[in-house]
Amino acid sequence: MSKEYDVAVVGGGLLGSAIAWGLGRLGKNAVVLDEGDIAKRASRANFALVWVQSKGLGMSAYTGWTVRASETWGKLAVELKDQTGLDVALQQNGGFHLTLGEDEFAQRAQLVTRMHNQVGAADYKMEMLSASEVRKMLPLIGPEVSGGSFCPLDGHVNSLRTFRAFHTGLKLFGVDYFPERPVSVIARSGGEFRLSTPQGEIRAGKVVLSAGNANQSLAPMVGLSAPMGPTRGQIVVTERTMPFLPHPLTTIRQTDEGTVMIGDSKEDQLDDRTLNHSVSAVMADRAQRMFPHLARLNVVRTWSGIRVMPQDGFPIYDQSESAPGAFVTCCHSGVTLASNHAFEIARMVAAGALEPELVGAFSARRFDTNHAATGSGYY
Amino acid sequence: MFKRFDQDSRRPVHIVVDGAAVAAREGDTVSAALLASGRDVRRATAVSGAPRLPYCMMGVCFDCLVTIDGIGNRQGCLVPVAEGMQIEIQKGKREIGR
Repeated sequence: MSKEYDVAVVGGGLLGSAIAWGLGRLGKNAVVLDEGDIAKRASRANFALVWVQSKGLGMSAYTGWTVRASETWGKLAVELKDQTGLDVALQQNGGFHLTLGEDEFAQRAQLVTRMHNQVGAADYKMEMLSASEVRKMLPLIGPEVSGGSFCPLDGHVNSLRTFRAFHTGLKLFGVDYFPERPVSVIARSGGEFRLSTPQGEIRAGKVVLSAGNANQSLAPMVGLSAPMGPTRGQIVVTERTMPFLPHPLTTIRQTDEGTVMIGDSKEDQLDDRTLNHSVSAVMADRAQRMFPHLARLNVVRTWSGIRVMPQDGFPIYDQSESAPGAFVTCCHSGVTLASNHAFEIARMVAAGALEPELVGAFSARRFDTNHAATGSGYY
Repeated sequence: MFKRFDQDSRRPVHIVVDGAAVAAREGDTVSAALLASGRDVRRATAVSGAPRLPYCMMGVCFDCLVTIDGIGNRQGCLVPVAEGMQIEIQKGKREIGR
């Protein structure tokens, strides 16, 4: 039996569930069509940073979008807690990128200068700190640390609990969630979209593609494109320890429950069932040179996961001209941008049009021009 | 609750638990010695602080975590006692420097 919805969101990961939660929050009749538990989910394979510094080199619009997300994350955390009772443990007291040796320090300083000089970029208030300045805030750094960059806007969160909170919350808003419904075909007829799944057809007035790497094949069905691909990351996780790290780093953070996560790599190898131990060894070695005390902790697990990476590293938000009501959303930083997706993108989808002043720069039409950007949507 | 049987003739081994002398026997694991000591040896878990005692006694459940000779999060059920061993009942998370 088919049922009519205002909006069908394809993909129930962190991106799709944030948008669906936002749509439910606005009273929309929405449905999430998701894969099953064995889906390759970046939502469960991320480093959980709410991260600002060094993002957006090569696309100044992304700096403003990232700062907006950082600024509204607190509101998101409060709303999720009030609605679901789940504390996502958001901490936004600034974050570091530490450097080992003088060469790394010089390279990082150069990046900070380039970010600062970018025309039209938001002010990240990012600064280079000497080792002695870093030590005042991170007393346990080792002698090889030459300093690092600090950005007061950076933070981190419990991303697994955030994922759970979105799913709990969207159901409380009355949004339907259907697992085991990978969408194979999207057709438009009679002013509505018909989405084929192994368990029947779903009809909806609008459709939002938030299916991670599957967007590549789904987008052309509604006259859109999503140039992107998978990338792999590896993480090392230690046993729980007393809080020792008051700020998150790009590659080391301590969770609210005490484990230390060390990562994260970016690899082209795409089998997430294996580990590359030479990569883990480098990550662990760098981590213990930054914090020698880490060497005494036991590693309780290491894992790898598949992530989403738009071709130039920056998000894609687009709407179809040939199939009005169809949207595509892709991003690497689904944790950092969750607040924007829940509040801004959901509002635009509900209203039926993306707002060019906020997200016009993220159209996939940017890939039509030949001069490919070499950006840092990553960090 | 636990009681040693009368014919246990193994050699005594002296350990220290939270500063107090405890008599163990050669071949005891730390967990066995703690359970036989008659002391309150409940640890507190790392996140919720719930009280726990050694449970599986075979290295699987990790409910016997204890600080041994200054190193936290050791599995007491897998470590044999040694003369003069310093045991601390671990309350909560391990400290990073220990």
